[in-house]
Amino acid sequence: MGNDTAPTWRENLRLALIVAWREIQDVLRDWRLVVPILILTLFFPVLANFTAGAIMDFLNRYGGALIGERMVPFLLMIVGFFPISFSLVIALETFVGEKERKSLEPLLASPLSDAQLYLGKTLAATIVPLSASYLGITVYLVALAIFQGWTIPFPLLVQVVALTTAEAVVMVSGAVIISTQTTSVRAANLLASFVIIPMALLVQGESVIMFWARYDALWGILLFLLVGNALLIRMGLHLLNREQLLGREIDKMRVGQLWRTFREEWRWEWWLFGRAPDAVPRGLRWLGKPVALYARELPSIIRRSRLPFLVVLASAIGAFFIGWKFALQYPLPPDTLFLGGTLDETSNLLIGGLEALPSPWAILGLNLRALIVTSLLGAFSFGTLAVSTVMVTLAIIVYLGFHVVWAGNDPFTYFLVLVAPHGVIEIPAAMLASALGVRLGATFAAPPAGKMVGDAWLQALADFLKTLLFVVLPMLIAAAWIEYAITPQLALQFYGG
Amino acid sequence: MIEAEGVTKQFDDFVAVNALSMSVAAGEILALLGPNGAGKTTTVRMLAAILKPTSGRALICGHDGALYPDIVRRSVGLLTEYPGLYLRMEGREYLDFYGQLYGLDAETRQKRGKRLLEQFGMEEAWGRRIGEYSKGMQQKMALARTLLHDPPVLLLDEPTSAMDPYSAKLVRDTIQSLQNQHRAILVCTHNLAEAEVLANRIAIIRRGRIVALGTSGELKRQLVGPPVMELRVNGAFETALSLVSQRVQVVEHGYGWIRYETETPESTNPHLVWALAQANVDVITLSERERSLESVYLQAVGGVT
Repeated sequence: MGNDTAPTWRENLRLALIVAWREIQDVLRDWRLVVPILILTLFFPVLANFTAGAIMDFLNRYGGALIGERMVPFLLMIVGFFPISFSLVIALETFVGEKERKSLEPLLASPLSDAQLYLGKTLAATIVPLSASYLGITVYLVALAIFQGWTIPFPLLVQVVALTTAEAVVMVSGAVIISTQTTSVRAANLLASFVIIPMALLVQGESVIMFWARYDALWGILLFLLVGNALLIRMGLHLLNREQLLGREIDKMRVGQLWRTFREEWRWEWWLFGRAPDAVPRGLRWLGKPVALYARELPSIIRRSRLPFLVVLASAIGAFFIGWKFALQYPLPPDTLFLGGTLDETSNLLIGGLEALPSPWAILGLNLRALIVTSLLGAFSFGTLAVSTVMVTLAIIVYLGFHVVWAGNDPFTYFLVLVAPHGVIEIPAAMLASALGVRLGATFAAPPAGKMVGDAWLQALADFLKTLLFVVLPMLIAAAWIEYAITPQLALQFYGG
Repeated sequence: MIEAEGVTKQFDDFVAVNALSMSVAAGEILALLGPNGAGKTTTVRMLAAILKPTSGRALICGHDGALYPDIVRRSVGLLTEYPGLYLRMEGREYLDFYGQLYGLDAETRQKRGKRLLEQFGMEEAWGRRIGEYSKGMQQKMALARTLLHDPPVLLLDEPTSAMDPYSAKLVRDTIQSLQNQHRAILVCTHNLAEAEVLANRIAIIRRGRIVALGTSGELKRQLVGPPVMELRVNGAFETALSLVSQRVQVVEHGYGWIRYETETPESTNPHLVWALAQANVDVITLSERERSLESVYLQAVGGVT
């Protein structure tokens, strides 16, 4: 529903804060939430402090001071994370809980806009656990300073606080989405695994980084979380639908309806350069379908996928810089990629690699599998992981390319002989599949105007499959054959000695 | 002030409301009667700009809820089917919260909130947790929330459900007192007596369609025929029967009593009494036979497929 007047951001915030403040009061009046939060806020940091002190003392005695030192920031992260785990409980029931208690309808009948309601509820679910988390961190750090004489380096403090905040927002915005899409708190709790499992993996990853003391890598995780936050919040705003919140009483799997929608999106109309079917000889009428597919349907798919194509293009440019940076940072031993020798030189990676190719079908299988897997990953990561194949491939080509040049080879010959013959087909095919993969995931966060998320996703899936089957697959078959039959011959001719 | 123009609402394959048209003018109370699942709540939700009609228009004070939901929601006081209160809040806090959402200043919020609770005879509830209220008090608190911003349109879904007879009367009186030339009120109810007492007009809804609409009298006439009068006389029964039969359609009679139908009792009855008096027939009573709204309702919801 459109709004008659666009409220100012100040008005949005004011009303969102009214909603948030009421919910915060509600949380603070529920002792079942307050008591565990207090325990985790006040008791756990003290316990963590005691543990850190004991471990440091123990390890110092046996020359393991380093492990003890690493344990202190690790426990700081854990102290910060534990209270924010409650944000999940609060956020999961934020909409569906109110629906179950029948208090949602009066709220939806008020002049609050969807954005104000979403913002208010998200803030409410974030503020209490996050405040508890900051308090826990403070208690832990003060106790460390008093009892262990350890003060945290400022950049590390900023990292931990920023990570904790970003994690809380990711958990809340993910849980709020679940809350808007389920019809009971029980169903929402069951779906919470979609938030808990990635967060558990993330925290484990952070733990490893902290024990390695590679604190710089935490900025990368922070960036990843911020992107995730932006996507989840956008998705949450798109999915907040008063109709669905009130209109749906039970979750019904409409397989027939889904199939009908998919079939509708899969179909394309017969077209043969504007001729009427009756005007075409019977034996040639079948041409109308493939002609319509390549002349009309695929161009319109590409038009619908313009933004994902730009994302893939930007990723390709990013991959170039990554390959270049890695080439500078991790140089290969000299002569490894000198291509002027003979094939029996085992160090000759590229030509040796080309010789080892088993069959064109194996190449096709590998390429196809990589593209399908990354596209599916894209569907579960708002499209972000769909670009990984293209990025990794291009980064490796660039990485090797720089070493080939530094080894004294001619870059143009390298490109024309080893990359271009199959690459001119394979790389565009990969970019095409990746762009459609990006769309599969991005549709969740930003469905096209006027389309429900489910319908938009089915359209994206139909477009992906059409492109994969009728464009990418033929291109990959051709590329695989060239890579098997032509590229090695060219390589032998130019670099075989 | 409330207008529905061919409003349809479809959820997947299910049509909840089907091309429904009606209007409620300022100063009028319309009761929407119908069995469970007839589409009353969906209609109210569309009028309150919570749901968007699949087709047709739902207008409040001339504004289409699908295009101007914000204006419509500000103009409507919606009493939901369930009170839907926040049980950990005090009555004072609850009304203050909703008052803020409707943009009322602090003084107005407090003044109106207190006045409404006073009106409902629950002043002591002001500082008490809503969870401690009785069911009836919770319903009255929900009604206070509905009235807090003094809206020109009231949509009341089962306003007296779960109330004891005294509270129900109090609420009915309040609703009647709210009827003025600047306000339109739509009441959804299962309580036929309440509909008859409260409403100027009654709409009976079945399977998403309005199957009968009019005043209580019009509906009775339309669905269960013209009024039936009962005449009781003392002696000269044959003369009385003859006189009555000449003027109206006699439907039943026994010794000393005659029942007849008339479309125009206001003109027929005086003439008949005059004729009986002229013929020296002693009239003991002449009264309309009670025809309940229930029979009208059952006829309407049972007779249409």
